[in-house]
Amino acid sequence: MRAITRVVGEVCLPVGLVLLLFYAYLLWGTGAETEREQRVLQRRLGEVFRRDGGRAAPGAVKTGEALALLRIPRFGAGYRFAVVEGVGPEELRKGPGHYPGTALPGRLGNFVLSGHRTTYAAPFNRLDELRRGDDIVVDARDARYVYEVTRTQVVDPDDLGVVEPVPGHPGRRPTAALMTMTTCHPEFSATHRLVVHGVLVRREERRD
Amino acid sequence: MYRFLWRKLPGGTALRLAVVLLLTGAAVAGLWYAVFPWLASRVPLG
Repeated sequence: MRAITRVVGEVCLPVGLVLLLFYAYLLWGTGAETEREQRVLQRRLGEVFRRDGGRAAPGAVKTGEALALLRIPRFGAGYRFAVVEGVGPEELRKGPGHYPGTALPGRLGNFVLSGHRTTYAAPFNRLDELRRGDDIVVDARDARYVYEVTRTQVVDPDDLGVVEPVPGHPGRRPTAALMTMTTCHPEFSATHRLVVHGVLVRREERRD
Repeated sequence: MYRFLWRKLPGGTALRLAVVLLLTGAAVAGLWYAVFPWLASRVPLG
């Protein structure tokens, strides 16, 4: 009996260490991977901005490529993420993703973004800190669009009404440029979605 | 178990220690760069 207990203990030790290592990988290893991808995406986006100035067409880009630069002043001056086209696992490893088929930045309808909450650099980790009136700045290829937070809500993962052109009103024709950001809720869980809604308040010339 | 494995390693203490470090490093690298990325995409942590 004593020998069995000892062997079990000796097996549990490396298993525990591997689990700890995996936890570290989820928190920091995935983040390092995303930061590498972000450096490349932001550099490419910067090249497009410099090359085209404000004259670039705002049309959709290929899946996995950078669509726009997202900044949220409440999260500090260092907060900036290149938004990629697509919301599949591969795209969300690179950063926040734009739901294909939803509005482009600044356009009528709902510009919908999704991002990780705890892994892959956790771009939407602090989404719950946003308050009504907070700015969300989106540097798109043609201009800078500033949205203002209007409300937040928590929904079930299968509640797709939040990505409709008018959130919560399937089939309704949009009359404003809206924005929706979604992420997992609560932290370290995927049982619900935290959703932040915003509305476009101004369009500016992009200052590169 | 660990004592048994230690005895099975070749050479003196220094060589055994080097082998242990090498094997541990290889195992950690394999986990970090191959197993964990595969596993992470299957964990619903958000």
